[in-house]
Amino acid sequence: MTAVAFDQVTLALGERRILDKVSLDIRDGEFVAVLGPNGAGKTTMMRAILGLVPASAGTIRVLDAPARRGNPGVGYLPQLHRPQEGLRLSARDFVGSAARGHLWGMPRLDAETKREVAWALDCVGATNLADRPLLNLSGGERQRILMALAMLGRPKLLLLDEPLISLDPNHQVAIVDLVRRLRDELGIAVLFSAHEINPLLGAIDRVLYLGGGQAALGSVDEVITGPVLSRLYGAEIDVIRLRGRIFVMAGAHDLERAEHRHAGHDHGHDHGAHEYQGN
Amino acid sequence: MLAYDFMVNAFIAAGIVAVVSGIVGYFLVLRGQTFAGHALSHVGFAGATGAVLIGIPPIWGLVGFTLITGLGMGALGERITGRDVAVGIILTLALGFGLLFLHFFTAYATQVTALLFGNVLGVDTATLWTLVGLGAVALIALGVIARPLLFASLQPELAEAKGVSLRFVALAFLAILALTVAECVQIVGVLLVFTLMVGPAATASRLTARLSTGILLAVVLALIEAWGGIAFAYWTDLPSSFWITALSGTLYFLSLLR
Repeated sequence: MTAVAFDQVTLALGERRILDKVSLDIRDGEFVAVLGPNGAGKTTMMRAILGLVPASAGTIRVLDAPARRGNPGVGYLPQLHRPQEGLRLSARDFVGSAARGHLWGMPRLDAETKREVAWALDCVGATNLADRPLLNLSGGERQRILMALAMLGRPKLLLLDEPLISLDPNHQVAIVDLVRRLRDELGIAVLFSAHEINPLLGAIDRVLYLGGGQAALGSVDEVITGPVLSRLYGAEIDVIRLRGRIFVMAGAHDLERAEHRHAGHDHGHDHGAHEYQGN
Repeated sequence: MLAYDFMVNAFIAAGIVAVVSGIVGYFLVLRGQTFAGHALSHVGFAGATGAVLIGIPPIWGLVGFTLITGLGMGALGERITGRDVAVGIILTLALGFGLLFLHFFTAYATQVTALLFGNVLGVDTATLWTLVGLGAVALIALGVIARPLLFASLQPELAEAKGVSLRFVALAFLAILALTVAECVQIVGVLLVFTLMVGPAATASRLTARLSTGILLAVVLALIEAWGGIAFAYWTDLPSSFWITALSGTLYFLSLLR
């Protein structure tokens, strides 16, 4: 089975082409890191796989069927920044609201739904957090609860959009370990977008790097190289390896670091990386 | 106290409105759309004064105007409801029109005061039935959309991916909100709708992390505030709306101390 198959896919948001005739296959049970500068299309690509953004050309197949909204086989963790009143709810009720939440009628937790919620909380190791309000949880604990939401319905494909954002390094490691464990135990294919490759090194099978409308998919050693990234960024890029860590530099500028610093400021200023985006 | 028909009517009316506004208000607070609720009540003011001007009962002008505006705001989606500036401009525009209609119609100052600050002691039996009808429609509609509404309120991106139409849910909720606002105006008036719709729900959501308990508590608090306000008004001969706001404010600020 193929988790995701893009065949000559073009994605556009208004006038802007996000992906231009991209073909790629994500295999079943594969853990793939999705990298690329801000605006390269990581989120748009995930939304296309979810059936929320139609391909303007080409075909997208998800779990061997055409991409469509409401596919129960796909779990999703969106980027979440907004503070909201709902965080006063307990983790159990928060996750429960999403269990079969698309059905009409009153919200109710029948025995089966309760089991599903308990299973989702258990598989992300959050059972002991279930009765605490989300407001009282740390960033890392809250991210676990959002992972439980993504696990509802026992998906075969997980789309995780920037789950490491605004987490400190310890919590980043914990989330990556959790995702790897879910992949190993349940055989779930994972697309995991991030600003930086380093927290994911050693856990992932392959890297999907987006930039300039193009995509490069392969092992870390194949993709994170000067020539490949120079092509994606449309500018001279150096890749420096230092004690098992990888730094992507344009001139004297550390690109991934710069991205990370600006992460979370959605409405902030444009910065370095945009200048390197080709058309 | 209950020897008078108007007192009995007042308690029944306040009871109906408290139940509806407690439940709908809980979702309103959860969605972070309280300002939209506040604005809709001011739109109701223009509707009610406009209705008086053309000679139809003010409550239908109120219901009609809030409903149309609620649907309009829902149709425009995030562009309107998520923006305080847009909502605030709708609010002032509506008050401006309300003033214009009053300009042409200057006879009854008491009627205007009732509209602005409520007149629960003046509720007649016909109005009671109207409140029952509107409340039933609002609660039945909410019962139909509650599950996707909750999902969409807490996790909009995920709900959308799972097949919930965010726009439809938002639209339906604003229509339900419009009916609820029209109900609340009968008790506390256009200017004080926040006190019954947002006060109890906001207090409840601070006091419990359980969803079901929260909704139930919002209803109980709304009932305490509405009935308590009327009872205090009876004993002290001060306006009931004042007492309702005093109770609502006190309970909310007490919940902050917790």
